[in-house]
Amino acid sequence: MDRPALQGPGGPHPDVGRRSVLGRADFSRLLASIRTAGYRIVGPTVRDGAIVYGPIEAESDLPVGWTDRQEAGTYRLERRADGALFGYNVGPHSWKKYLFPSRERLFTAHRKGASFSIDAEPADDAPTAYLGVRACEVAAIRIQDRVFVGGAAVDPGYAARRRRVLLIAVQCAQAGGTCFCVSMGTGPGVTDGFDLALTERIEGDRHEFLVEVGSERGAQVLVGVPLRPADADDVAAMVATVDRTARSMGRTLDQNGIHDLLLGRLDDPEWEKVGERCLACTNCTMACPTCFCHSTEEVPNLDASQVERWRRWDSCFNLGFSELHTGSVRTTIPSRYRQWMTHKLASWFDQFGSSGCVGCGRCITWCPVGIDLTAEVRAIRSNAAAGRPPAAGGSG
Amino acid sequence: MASTTRPRLGVWKFASCDGCQLSLLDCEDELLAVAGRIEIANFAEATSAFAPGPYDLSLVEGSISTPHDAERIREVRAQSRRLVTIGACATSGGIQALRNFGNVDEFRRIVYARPEYIETLARSTAIADHVPVDFELRGCPINKRQLLEVIAAFLQGRRPTVPTDSVCIECKRRGTVCVVVARGTPCLGPVTQAGCGAICPAYDRGCYGCFGPQDTPNTAAWSRRLRELGMRPDEIARIYRTFNAAAKPFRLAAEAAPSGDP
Ligand code: SF4
Ligand code: SF4
Ligand code: SF4
Repeated sequence: MDRPALQGPGGPHPDVGRRSVLGRADFSRLLASIRTAGYRIVGPTVRDGAIVYGPIEAESDLPVGWTDRQEAGTYRLERRADGALFGYNVGPHSWKKYLFPSRERLFTAHRKGASFSIDAEPADDAPTAYLGVRACEVAAIRIQDRVFVGGAAVDPGYAARRRRVLLIAVQCAQAGGTCFCVSMGTGPGVTDGFDLALTERIEGDRHEFLVEVGSERGAQVLVGVPLRPADADDVAAMVATVDRTARSMGRTLDQNGIHDLLLGRLDDPEWEKVGERCLACTNCTMACPTCFCHSTEEVPNLDASQVERWRRWDSCFNLGFSELHTGSVRTTIPSRYRQWMTHKLASWFDQFGSSGCVGCGRCITWCPVGIDLTAEVRAIRSNAAAGRPPAAGGSG
Repeated sequence: MASTTRPRLGVWKFASCDGCQLSLLDCEDELLAVAGRIEIANFAEATSAFAPGPYDLSLVEGSISTPHDAERIREVRAQSRRLVTIGACATSGGIQALRNFGNVDEFRRIVYARPEYIETLARSTAIADHVPVDFELRGCPINKRQLLEVIAAFLQGRRPTVPTDSVCIECKRRGTVCVVVARGTPCLGPVTQAGCGAICPAYDRGCYGCFGPQDTPNTAAWSRRLRELGMRPDEIARIYRTFNAAAKPFRLAAEAAPSGDP
């Protein structure tokens, strides 16, 4: 269930694939039209020194003229020379905060004498437009779709919210310092999975958006928005933008044979080394747009007449996360880092048929000590190439 | 709890500021439910009525800092079926455990006109250093939601759900932008236990470590990073030495930071 209910029964809409150009001056008309179509808009906005996702009421809520500089463990907002609306890379938030909220009440049970009743949680499925979704983020949403609605058990809350999303993608016009979507095959170009895709073009006095229609609901919100048809030059500029971004990736990750490489190096000395630096703080997993681990918690009131069941983000970096009746399975930090990375980059293939990493770089930027999974893969690869012990056995 | 009589609650104070007991008073609405469900047999902050033991559940605030207290806690323990310590003082010795790193006799001479009247121990210590404790609720002050959870859990005969993860997980769950990464502000969140809801980073401050060390605190790695962020060794030692100075991982981290005292 890759794209739940985005296409009607009649197949793709005739407008799908249509490209047109929206002038910068008319951008607010697009926002107005999205709202008129019944969507609330969430998207990028500057808050507390970063570009995060939040409600977009007006064009001025967007990070106009802002960009970010990212390195391992560092993020800084900076002013741009131009007035770009989307001239930044992905920040600390991801769209999972909407689709898979960090805390969610699942239901409430009431004691009724010797029995009990359950109140289902009303679905929060207000139609919502996600504005500014990047290629890696489209790929991340697709991965979480597979986790939450793609198997036999469908998560009803996620499914309800996902169905009502209007996904407005933006092509990255620059790569961030920790980006490596090219290595992961997820970007920088958004090619499908969107309702609308925008490419921002700023050249001299020209400031426009190439708008590509990806679905019928995308086509519908464009009705009444002043557009001109795109010509060959507009399309060429879009392609050039994406190419330029692809050539300026901040990082690379060699995926060649990675499944067997990592799972064959469970005793690699690098796990101990990275474990000396890792804080087991969970920031990487919280920031990662594909990490889906959570725990459920019963919250009874004092006389236990009512019990709420809550779900909250949890992490394989927590001691309690692997606690069984005899205690935690992963007591050491190296074992937790290894669990995270081997799942993300290797055993995810066995479980879901793809890598669990889309190359967004968030875990690198938002790690307080700047641990870089691309560097960790390189270290393990070079240890393997050098036949560095103690890799034999691969237990653990 | 199958007993027909209401469980009896005792609230006890040792060396502390009363802030944690006040968290219980602060639960006004919930407290009504508590009062109906349990008999509050000893709670000096709420009532002057004192009922003798035994107690089904004792909440103990404060650290042991005098010989008299060291005796009294044994009496409280003997009178209590379950004993839960609340707050940084009771669980780690509190801010007053800073004396552990100095010379108490000297302090006594400097501070008091008649030092011979002051009977005090050389160290301020956690309740668990003196008597067996059934559960330790961290925080300076404790979080009232966690306090209610602990009381509910004991009334219901189950283990309290009080995660020992880092503050960072709460910080990220609430969507706060990390002050370390985005501003270079020092923060103790990665080595500190969750529970406060990551309040300080939400107001652009680093975490002060009020809830003590998380379950797997990598203070060595974090101190290295704090150095990179520009903190001097003496500043690093000092940030570990606050409300939970005597909690072992923080005590060792402060000792490991080379002293740069002027
Ligand atoms: S593992 Fe890191 S780079 Fe990969 S998707 Fe997650 S946060 Fe992004
Ligand atoms: S890799 Fe970094 S962000 Fe992740 S748990 Fe370790 S220190 Fe925290
Ligand atoms: S601000 Fe502090 S508590 Fe929050 S994520 Fe950063 S290091 Fe952790």
